[in-house]
Amino acid sequence: MPIATASQTIGPYWHLIEHPEFADLTRFGAAGERITLTGRVIDGDGAPLADGCIELWQASPTAGETFPGYGRAAADRDGRFRFTTIRPGPLPGPGNAQQAPHFALSVMARGILTRLVTRAYFAGEALNETDPILSLIEDPARRATLMAHPAGTDTWHIDIRLQGEGETVFMEF
Amino acid sequence: MSASATTPFRDITPGSQPPNDFPEYGSTHRRHPKLPLLRIPQTVTETTGPRFTRAQYPAMIDMSRIGGREAVGERIVVRGRVLDENGRPVPDTMIEIWQANAAGRYAHERDQHDAPLDPNFKGEGRVFTDAEGWYEFTSIKPGSYPWRNHFNAWRPNHIHYSLFGPGFATRLITQMYFPGDPLLELDPIFHSVPDEAARNRLIAKFDIEITRPEWALGYRFDFVLRGRETTAMEE
Ligand SMILES: [Fe+2]
Repeated sequence: MPIATASQTIGPYWHLIEHPEFADLTRFGAAGERITLTGRVIDGDGAPLADGCIELWQASPTAGETFPGYGRAAADRDGRFRFTTIRPGPLPGPGNAQQAPHFALSVMARGILTRLVTRAYFAGEALNETDPILSLIEDPARRATLMAHPAGTDTWHIDIRLQGEGETVFMEF
Repeated sequence: MSASATTPFRDITPGSQPPNDFPEYGSTHRRHPKLPLLRIPQTVTETTGPRFTRAQYPAMIDMSRIGGREAVGERIVVRGRVLDENGRPVPDTMIEIWQANAAGRYAHERDQHDAPLDPNFKGEGRVFTDAEGWYEFTSIKPGSYPWRNHFNAWRPNHIHYSLFGPGFATRLITQMYFPGDPLLELDPIFHSVPDEAARNRLIAKFDIEITRPEWALGYRFDFVLRGRETTAMEE
């Protein structure tokens, strides 16, 4: 059996394939509740991930002609990124479990050899209490690292810490 | 009966992927999580993924010229297949490509290497695999360039790639190297892949069949993306 090709870092010059419009998942005319997800990524020194590449994927609403489900944004010099998208709904989980609405996020940059994967949930959402992925995290403080918080009209914000105090929960699967 | 669109992907083969913390590559020091990754079951979020169409993401298959004006350097054709771990072709998948010019300089505002820019080379490409998983593009061979990881550090010649495959779990960012490059032995990014065979699969092969007479050298490079689990019945 062939084995999957090894990952290598995206490096500092990945902006050659950057297209800022990729960060707007509504650009093909998607219907639904439009929201903005902002974020900020910092490293183990608290320094912004100024050359980072952040990708978003959501399986809800179902991707199609007018909604790609996928977005990519460059972190700015302050480590900040922004997506415009459609608010996701609940999704099926393992067995009969239901997953709370969430985004999957990939963080890539110089110094990251294999993309780091995390999720962003909506703070205050009732389904979070029974979400099968969040339930795997016993420490409430760690679970809290996956919460996006309201940050203005139809806007949610999540901080991502690569390392150290308040380190974000990253996942493998 | 083939695997369905929500069948989980196989586990990652030990040694085939680089660790997050690799001291020889200094930038990993402050950019790797110190806590263990959370192992999660693959849900619909991980087993499905975006679809990219040629209509919404137009192909850019010839990086070797801009507006009919030729870039400087050794013209190359890179051709190969995208397969999964079950040996099946991955059709209609998007591959993004980026690289330095022949002098080892990126057309990027933060690249300060004292080597010339080439007005006829941007360094971005985008191709899609066909129904049998084949892709091909034309470019020029990228030059080596210095970086600040350690004293007298130079990256071997390489081309960067981004692939998506059928699910969020198959996302791949990688680099392709060239055969016979003396810098490979000294490069910590290449050496971050623990398994030697996995590492060497990142090196393209010169291919006289892909080489175009009096026009371009040909290289063969295949990608393998994670494959879905198969049942004993299928095997
Ligand atoms: Fe590079």
